[in-house]
Amino acid sequence: MLAPEDGLTSRPISTNGGPKIGVYVCHCGLNIAGKVDVGAVVEFASTLPDVAVARDYKFMCSDPGQELIENDLREGLVNRVVVASCSPLMHEATFRRATAEGGQSPFYFQMASIREHVSWVTADGHDATDKAKALVAAAVRRVALHEYLEPRKAEVRPDVLVVGGGIAGIHAALTLAEAGKHVYLVERETTIGGHMAKFDKTFPTLDCAACILTPKMSAVRSHPNITLWTYSDVVGVEGFTGDFTVRVRHRPRYVKEELCTGCLECIEKCIHKQGKFEDEWNEGLSKRKPIYIPFPQATPPVVVVDPDTCIWFKTGKCPQTCIEACERDAFDFEQTETFDEVKVGAIVLSTGFKAFDASKMPEYGYGLYPNVYTSLEVERLLNAAGPTGGEVVLRDGSKPKVVGIIHCVGSRDAKHNLWCSKVCCMYSLKLAHMVKERTGAEVYNFYIDMRTPGKGYEEFYDKILKEGVHMVRGRVAGVTDEAAAPEEEDHLVIRAEDTLIGSVRRIPVDMVVLAVGLEPRPDAQDVRRLFNISCGGEGWFTERHPKLAPVSTFTDGVFLAGACQGPKDIPDTVAQAGAAAAEVLAMVDRGFVMLEANTAHIDDEACSGCKTCVGLCPFGAISFDEERKKASVNEVICKGCGVCVGACPSGAAQQHLFTDEEIFSEIEGVLAYV
Amino acid sequence: MSEVLREPAGSVGTTATPEPFEPRIVAFFCNWCTYTAADLAGISRMQYAPNVRVIRLMCSGRLDPQFVVAALREGADGVLIGGCHPGDCHYQEGNYNALRRFELLKLMLRDFGIEDERVRLEWISASEGDRVQKVCNEMTEQVRALGPLRLTTPQRVHAPRADIEAELVGQEAR
Repeated sequence: MLAPEDGLTSRPISTNGGPKIGVYVCHCGLNIAGKVDVGAVVEFASTLPDVAVARDYKFMCSDPGQELIENDLREGLVNRVVVASCSPLMHEATFRRATAEGGQSPFYFQMASIREHVSWVTADGHDATDKAKALVAAAVRRVALHEYLEPRKAEVRPDVLVVGGGIAGIHAALTLAEAGKHVYLVERETTIGGHMAKFDKTFPTLDCAACILTPKMSAVRSHPNITLWTYSDVVGVEGFTGDFTVRVRHRPRYVKEELCTGCLECIEKCIHKQGKFEDEWNEGLSKRKPIYIPFPQATPPVVVVDPDTCIWFKTGKCPQTCIEACERDAFDFEQTETFDEVKVGAIVLSTGFKAFDASKMPEYGYGLYPNVYTSLEVERLLNAAGPTGGEVVLRDGSKPKVVGIIHCVGSRDAKHNLWCSKVCCMYSLKLAHMVKERTGAEVYNFYIDMRTPGKGYEEFYDKILKEGVHMVRGRVAGVTDEAAAPEEEDHLVIRAEDTLIGSVRRIPVDMVVLAVGLEPRPDAQDVRRLFNISCGGEGWFTERHPKLAPVSTFTDGVFLAGACQGPKDIPDTVAQAGAAAAEVLAMVDRGFVMLEANTAHIDDEACSGCKTCVGLCPFGAISFDEERKKASVNEVICKGCGVCVGACPSGAAQQHLFTDEEIFSEIEGVLAYV
Repeated sequence: MSEVLREPAGSVGTTATPEPFEPRIVAFFCNWCTYTAADLAGISRMQYAPNVRVIRLMCSGRLDPQFVVAALREGADGVLIGGCHPGDCHYQEGNYNALRRFELLKLMLRDFGIEDERVRLEWISASEGDRVQKVCNEMTEQVRALGPLRLTTPQRVHAPRADIEAELVGQEAR
């Protein structure tokens, strides 16, 4: 410890009569005590300077555990608290609250993570105990220096932003709107509905996807509390939890959304008599005109003009029969991008997934053999509103007699994606059932393992087996059109190892369906940067805690719903969307959030006016008084990174809860004893 | 683990094995990426060397080079700094500041005779628990191989340039 005579610095005068530190070591059942000698840590802690009380307890986070702290504080035995237990990211808030309940500033508290950073990661009990002691010593050293701080509160705006209008975003938006919150639902495509809107039926109940989804889609459109912005994207997010400013870009449809009634007369009258361009909604299985609507129940039911293919945009010469056809005068070929700026308190991200690109596995012949389809293409073929009106037919229009469905395309594969996409086993069974039902074809499923956990899922598998779908267990080696036997002529041949009978099989089929896996969207990295959240290297957004905070992110006020966080089926997605909405409601209805106290401040006396900090602050929170030649921090804008503090050459800039002295004492603490 | 098992076969008559050197490494991890990754390593029960002791900062940009110097002075044999990947900083660009300071600090530490391998900066994102494990193990092994940091007996790393030395000697002679 530095004495004031050193002329460097002195400890701040304590406002509560000198530190009397209470150290509370948690067993966490056997999570900590199974590895760390808790008794030894308590004994060690009691020898540390300023420690008045050292105790241990089975579960510090339980009510009796918290009461230990509160009672010691109330009785005046201690005035500062160290809890050695789990990570501060887990229970810091809990113990700060207990400290406040005991009548002290919640910031007279420090946590030592001896579970995540010690007992769970250390093989040897002796090593673990030593490491726990070092971390406790560091916390004790630093908490003695903690200054008195008041918690900061910030108001929460009542409106909510939902990004992505698939089933996750739809469900979250409706839940929030029903609770009386105003929701801005932003969807990039021209219609909401997402992947679910492309399916014909959903597993395992085989209920019609449109029948359950489209009522929710129209509810979104007609809800007075929802502002629906399709064909739009979020281009800027500023602010922090409770007070975000979001900038949204609307792309031009060249049709006034408020005037179009969705009569589709204009599409009929387009100068193109036939569809000529790839229809993205139907996975390229049909052609559309330059003016189109993705599907009849698109929401909003507003047509869109594609400027890349429209003759008027390309040549400026077109009789514009579409405009003539419109009784509502809804066309506006002069439309440009427009922008809106809204202020919201919380954000739900439900940006969904992308299907694996089957052409990355050339051994399966996608793109080479016309009758190799992806599962999404077959979903469109099966859909009554799809390119064939629900007929499963080959490219030449004939019905397949034998169909092979290959599971795990792009999933559970070290060359592509390591994860199980969770939905493919089930949707492959569904496709097997439906293809069989519509065509009477023999259906073969090639699988590695069948994964059917979920209510009614295993029973569904059983039902499909009884229907006579053939199951071949083994990864498919390849698809070829080279016949090796007369019965293979004019067929595609699936070569696969059948691991149950221990031989390689060649099965001639008419149609191959690739059960493509789920992947993060290609722009996931950009999106997460925009919203300042994190994601794994593969691109799934990272939840705050995999079990206990599955819809929260590390950025307060930003929540996750659906497959943007990881592969999910519809029931899980909807459940998660509801959970995200509930988290938002808890926050918005309370009306305020507690902010971290760790803002920076500048000591006027010590500031030399060098301005180093001013340019470093990424949030523009530091201003400079030219007259007095002093910098100062606006603590409302400051987000507490401490970059200015690390850079200040004169030590004038300091960060609450992370002062130089506190960190120096922590360094001493981890090294001084063990 | 018994040390005797590590004895090479047939080494008869050796005296009691000296206690193996266990380096002490102080780590400064940013709250949002690397500290969270260390938590994830814990949740996933990834075992790693107990030699690394973590101090949490909100951002790697908070790292004052003095912290590294203080840790080495107080007895650390190595210092590990962890921050978010470039472009991923929770505070936009704090990790770039950390990188700049780190590079300058290394120049200075080199002059003190402190080997480069003792001070390491790593970008570890919140989802890279396995990287925390890997880096902590690597760092421990590296520093173990270097041996304890003995600041009391500094090594001279920059040999004086002969020409300048000669000139100085000449000047003195004059």
